[in-house]
Amino acid sequence: MKQGSRFWAWLVFGVGTTYFILPLLATFEFSLRKRRGEYSFDAYRSVFEDPNFQTTFTYSVVVAIFTILLGVLLVVPTAYWIRLRLPNLRPVVEFITLLPLVIPAIVIVFGYIRMFGSNSTLPFLATARGTDVLLVIGYAVLALPYMYRAVDTGLRTIDVRTLTEAAQILGAGWTTIIARIILPNVLIAVLSGAFLSFAIVIGEFTMASLLNRPAFGPYLQNIGANSAYEPSALAIISFAITWGCMSLIQILSRFAPKSANRPN
Amino acid sequence: MADPFLSIQHVRKSFGATTVVEDFSLDVEPGEFVSFLGPSGCGKTTVLRMVAGFEEPSAGKIVVAGKDITRLKPNQRNVGMVFQAYALFPNLTVAQNIAFGLKVAGMPKADADRRVAEMLDIIKLPQMGDRYPYQLSGGQQQRIALARAIAPKPKLLLLDEPLSALDAKVRVSLREEIRSIQKKLGITTIFVTHDQEEALSISDRIAVMYGGKAEQVGTPFEIYNRPATKFVANFVGTLNVLEGTVTDAASGMVRVNSQEVALKGKLNGSKSGDTLSLALRPEAISLGRQPGRDSSLAGEISEVHFLGSVIRVRVGIGGSTVSLDTFNSPATPPPAVGEKAEISFASSDMLVLH
Ligand SMILES: Nc1ncnc2c1ncn2[C@@H]1O[C@H](COP(=O)(O)OP(=O)(O)OP(=O)(O)O)[C@@H](O)[C@H]1O
Ligand SMILES: [Mg+2]
Repeated sequence: MKQGSRFWAWLVFGVGTTYFILPLLATFEFSLRKRRGEYSFDAYRSVFEDPNFQTTFTYSVVVAIFTILLGVLLVVPTAYWIRLRLPNLRPVVEFITLLPLVIPAIVIVFGYIRMFGSNSTLPFLATARGTDVLLVIGYAVLALPYMYRAVDTGLRTIDVRTLTEAAQILGAGWTTIIARIILPNVLIAVLSGAFLSFAIVIGEFTMASLLNRPAFGPYLQNIGANSAYEPSALAIISFAITWGCMSLIQILSRFAPKSANRPN
Repeated sequence: MADPFLSIQHVRKSFGATTVVEDFSLDVEPGEFVSFLGPSGCGKTTVLRMVAGFEEPSAGKIVVAGKDITRLKPNQRNVGMVFQAYALFPNLTVAQNIAFGLKVAGMPKADADRRVAEMLDIIKLPQMGDRYPYQLSGGQQQRIALARAIAPKPKLLLLDEPLSALDAKVRVSLREEIRSIQKKLGITTIFVTHDQEEALSISDRIAVMYGGKAEQVGTPFEIYNRPATKFVANFVGTLNVLEGTVTDAASGMVRVNSQEVALKGKLNGSKSGDTLSLALRPEAISLGRQPGRDSSLAGEISEVHFLGSVIRVRVGIGGSTVSLDTFNSPATPPPAVGEKAEISFASSDMLVLH
């Protein structure tokens, strides 16, 4: 009986892995076939040499960094305050942060286009810079579910209330408390939220495309429509970036500050 | 007497419809060490948190050094506090923890470093500056928390059951250390505890709290020997309670289990026929007649516990039992269960509980 269930477990695992790995291997194999008759990294070279790759990728990285900054500034104080003072609002806030998963990005971006058009009261879309700002805001919204959950989990590992009061009675104000006590203690959680945001922003297509910004997502789509081997190479590159981010989260979580409540 | 340093005046605190602290008043002299003693949930922490500024009183006033601080924010009060839960900042080293308040106050780094070293000396952990809180034992963490609280030279030190998470031995040594540091620095201190021995052993005065009120405020000697209420008498120390009926209010005669006892001048206001609760500390009772003990009651020995240097004897008197301790003496064997016995006490030691 035990043997049997183990067999089935391995079988399911094997099928799942194959389902996941096989297309990846196939894509990789295909991306190496640009030169006729032998395997080569020519497709990768042509991707990296494409100036459009460089500009769009740089653009998306910069947008991702601003998205992360905005997300951290928005989420850390909010999650902290909810835990400290408004614990019964938590279900509400959790629900709100989940909305971006439920509402398609295309709906959000059409909403933005209607709200912030060039003849509205807040004409974000009137200039390219304004549109960039709007894109960052939109991405921060898309990353909200991940960022909020990561930070909230981080806050759960410390005694937020006692640490806050200990800092307060020593004369600290809110900025000092958040910057010197709360943020450093949830830094690992914040970073994992940050890498998730990064992964989302780098691959995002809908918003960037509809707001007509030169981001990496639309570039991927464009290449995919116009050449044969480069899209496979790009898929592998994107995949490597995403997995790089995930592994960094794993590595960083080893360095999480140890709780003082469990002395050894 | 000097003006009180801390004056808590008719403070009340309600959370919604429940009143947790009711009309609490207390004056604390400069440099005094006052304990709040009481059972769980009686409002000790709540009063302390109002002094710290974490809760706002629903009514009343808190004055420190002549200044009304009732509405001041915690970070403007210059008060030091040690919490029950370990509250060191996990991301900072011991030295950085102690320096936190100094840095916030803008003390130059060199001065702060010197002060941190001085604090580490005072708490006798001079080598620990570079450690992180998770590398310390519970007792060490609470010492660091104390050092951190007193480093900025606060006017007032508040300690909320700082020892309750520690084991018994550490608890005793650390409480004495806290007291000696407090004396050395002359810092006015409020210490919250529900451990009566802790309160009795280190306090200048104790406020015994019950149901959000201060039942009695006095020195440990007064609290123990002259409890003002039944609650205080029962809560602090061991007490033998006997029921008695006043037979002659004028001469102070009370009948206990059909035996008469004279309690001159103790019955203030009781009339003949009233029933009273009479209480005696175990150490105020001796077995057999003793010089200086003017009253006695006859009973029967119901239990004998040999504890080494002392023998705890329980004597049944009618329906109630009285505990008393006698010293072990190698020459005389301990009393046996079932023997007739007489207990004696000074009528002046008898507490009449109202
Ligand atoms: N924020 C709050 N909201 C509602 N009730 C509260 C709040 N804080 C305390 N209480 C209630 O007030 C009462 C007194 O609490 P407090 O913490 O002051 O007791 P305590 O004497 O310190 O007890 P312990 O010895 O267990 O620490 C308790 O019944 C508690 O449930
Ligand atoms: Mg308490």
